[in-house]
Amino acid sequence: MERLQLHSQIKGVSTGTTILAVKFNGGVIIGSDSRASMGESYVSSKTINKLIQVHDRIFCCISGSLADAQAVTKMAKFQLSFHSIQMDSPPLVKAAASIMKELCYNNKEELQAGFITAGWDRKKGPQIYTVALGGMMLSQPFAIGGSGSTYIYGYVDAKFKPDMTLEEATQFSKNALALAMGRDNVSGGVVHLVVITEAGAKHVVVPGDKLPKFHNE
Amino acid sequence: MSEELLAEPGWLSEEVKTGTTIIAVTFDGGVVLGSDSRVSAGESVVNRVMNKLSPLHDKIYCALSGSAADAQTIAEIVNYQLDVHSIEVEDDPLVCSAATLVKNISYKYKEELSAHLIVAGWDRKEGGQVYATLSGLLTKQPFAIGGSGSFYINGFVDAEFRKNMTKTETQEFVVNALTLAMGRDGSSGGVAYVVTIDKDGTEEKCILGNELPKFFDQ
Repeated sequence: MERLQLHSQIKGVSTGTTILAVKFNGGVIIGSDSRASMGESYVSSKTINKLIQVHDRIFCCISGSLADAQAVTKMAKFQLSFHSIQMDSPPLVKAAASIMKELCYNNKEELQAGFITAGWDRKKGPQIYTVALGGMMLSQPFAIGGSGSTYIYGYVDAKFKPDMTLEEATQFSKNALALAMGRDNVSGGVVHLVVITEAGAKHVVVPGDKLPKFHNE
Repeated sequence: MSEELLAEPGWLSEEVKTGTTIIAVTFDGGVVLGSDSRVSAGESVVNRVMNKLSPLHDKIYCALSGSAADAQTIAEIVNYQLDVHSIEVEDDPLVCSAATLVKNISYKYKEELSAHLIVAGWDRKEGGQVYATLSGLLTKQPFAIGGSGSFYINGFVDAEFRKNMTKTETQEFVVNALTLAMGRDGSSGGVAYVVTIDKDGTEEKCILGNELPKFFDQ
């Protein structure tokens, strides 16, 4: 219990969230819950979308302070579109993540937001980059973040396989988010999923009653 | 830099906590308890092979977490009280009695103590049972997890637990859960101790680090 309080104290006023991104055969799925909370007992929004599109095939999901996260992603979106005009080609996912990383690292004293950037580009295909609180950038086959993610570390460690199909990866994401939302009181609402492939990005919303149910429900 | 060199090691001044992962699961005919083996004092590991599954009676065990001293003391006191009780009733004690004795101590001294014990066992009346006694409450559950490492496996146990598994399936479930928690929690680690209790008796097993199941690791 003490450990949980410390977690949210470090994060400050937070979206209190669960976010994840997972690579599958041909693309990535990025997903989140939809609850925004003020303190630990007031839900300020039930249907907030934490998946921000920074370019056609690059999305970002945010955790930590909502204000900081929105400011960073807005700036990153602008810099990225400028960059892609200069390069005359769609930006690399790594470029998007690097822009966020620069912003987080150079302003690490003031900012309190973490991101998972995921997308598809022609050079390396599907990729996922985590940018942590202090500005560390890490490339991973799957990533989880937010307060609800502590509860599903065991589940994703056990269930993730490289090169899943789209159906398997969608089920994996839905299960993981549903489990986290079931245990974390500051995560909840509906599940937002975005599937990013070479063909483009598709947004899927899974309402609460369509989420998978587990033994204690 | 010089301050760090002169500072005394953590284990001289920090309280010894079991900072742990414990789990107990009922199956059709008994219970399986599991724990890791790491005891930490601040950042140092002061014991890497501690068995946190403590017998309260022949077929009743408890799993310790929180402050090591508090947990061990509660277990010893309840062990004594159960012996007296079983002489008085001239029969093996019920798991519910053991859990109630633990709960009584936890609740009465809840300000001073900081230990969480999971009590599990088998008795002739109700079969296998698991009781959680977090800071003085008492609930009977199909399974219970506790300790710092348990946060990371909440999702896993919610997804994978089924009622009435076989003994082997339950042992596998417990070992998998412990392995996943030890993989993510800095205060859990070492070996896995597993105790299986059913009507035929009690079986204690120790699974070494290199024999634990492997999961996806990048």
